[in-house]
Amino acid sequence: MKAADWEPAATLAALRLRARLLTRTRDFFAARGVLEVETPILGASTATDPHIESLRTSVGGSARFLQTSPELFMKRLLAAGSGPIYQITRVFRDGESGARHNPEFTLLEWYRPGLDHHGLMDEVDQFLQEVLGCAPSVREAYSEVFERCVGVDPHGAVSVELQSRAEALGLRAVSSSGFSREDWLHLLMAGAIEPHLGIERPHFVYDFPLELKALARVREGAGGEPDVAERFEVFFQGLELANGYHELTDASEQRQRFLADLESRRTLGRAQVPLDERMIAALERGLPPCAGVALGFDRLVMIAAEASAIGSVISFPDDRA
Amino acid sequence: MATTYSTNQFRAGLKVTLDNDPCVVTEVEFVKPGKGQAFTRVKLRNLTTNRVLERTFKSGETIEGADIVETAMQYLYKDGEYWHFMDPKSYEQYQAPAEAVGDAALWLKEEAECVVTLHNNIVIQVTPPMFVELAVVEAEPGIRGDTAGTGGKTAKLETGAVVRVPLFVEVGEKLKLDTRTGEYVGRVK
Repeated sequence: MKAADWEPAATLAALRLRARLLTRTRDFFAARGVLEVETPILGASTATDPHIESLRTSVGGSARFLQTSPELFMKRLLAAGSGPIYQITRVFRDGESGARHNPEFTLLEWYRPGLDHHGLMDEVDQFLQEVLGCAPSVREAYSEVFERCVGVDPHGAVSVELQSRAEALGLRAVSSSGFSREDWLHLLMAGAIEPHLGIERPHFVYDFPLELKALARVREGAGGEPDVAERFEVFFQGLELANGYHELTDASEQRQRFLADLESRRTLGRAQVPLDERMIAALERGLPPCAGVALGFDRLVMIAAEASAIGSVISFPDDRA
Repeated sequence: MATTYSTNQFRAGLKVTLDNDPCVVTEVEFVKPGKGQAFTRVKLRNLTTNRVLERTFKSGETIEGADIVETAMQYLYKDGEYWHFMDPKSYEQYQAPAEAVGDAALWLKEEAECVVTLHNNIVIQVTPPMFVELAVVEAEPGIRGDTAGTGGKTAKLETGAVVRVPLFVEVGEKLKLDTRTGEYVGRVK
């Protein structure tokens, strides 16, 4: 331990800025009649995402998971007829530490019944303009941004084509044998595309390849177009800032995706997690057609503060917690 | 036996073996798309060739450490192929090929104290002393009046190095030189 480890890592000016952004966020949603909600941080189930690790604990001897996102609980509220809702909450992801990651961080997540991903992109755009005072966004389909920056069709290219483009761009895996198409897409996005996006204004990328569908609705391609996942991400000043979906509402498809995730987790040698039957029951009852988005609030503060490390906008990041 | 390092132990300065070559890690970046695989992107410098490389690891992958030792040694002599060095503590002798000696060859005079970098006990790099004293073997005749040292000319030293020197320098004189820049520092009385 160093002598000054008791001190906050963020300056008081950064913490005041953080508080102002929280106020502006709440004002934005209050003005639009979106209800602020709170959902459990300790849940009996958790996300099944193959690449997100939940922290485990117990309550009175029964297993609990620190939530990696409030998504599953918020969808239960939507199914119960909540109407538009938002939440600012702490989430936890094991193993995520770095200049842009802290194992616990703050998510701003909101849902809009009646909107698709394009409608929600409009609102995220307004939110960023209002809260950060930035310029209006630009939008580009995932396929367009890949063609432009990497010169490859992300929906059609096979794994070896993506690998050869990645290597030509200086992205070499130390052991490429274990890389799937999905891994190459992620690496190309992070290494060859993201650094060029959102330098002047937020950059929205939408309509993702099917492997990256997560909990987004799939739209069948018409007239030779590929099927796409109605998902979007927001990139701004070198950061992946937000991730949204035109939400999947079909309960049996939801169950299939959970099971596929659990199968991927098994293949990757990751811990199994209980399937969230209550969330599936909510979808069976009926999730209204809606779009939802999760925005990394600490990263929003990083942009406003022009900070290059997440640790400088968090009072006590993990190495001082 | 070399240690193995996992991605969460990667730090700048770590010495590792990549494709059988010793490398030093110079930059480490944790990359994690929200929903995707976590990667660790690393920049490394190959200690044999000095080339900078970039590699991406999936989080949790490992790399073998490199057994790198830097030792002060005395330069002994050069035969047809190798430069020979001796560890003054153990009296153990090491030979280094031209690739490992590199530009240090321009400054090496017998008995010079060098820093020799060993990988698996094989010389991969030789760093000459910061300052050396070497005699001039070839130079245009000196101009006596020019003691201010304005202007200049080239001179060849006993090791073969060609350096820029002031006009007054003569053949047979001993000069002090900075090996990092190749610059003339002064005459040695």
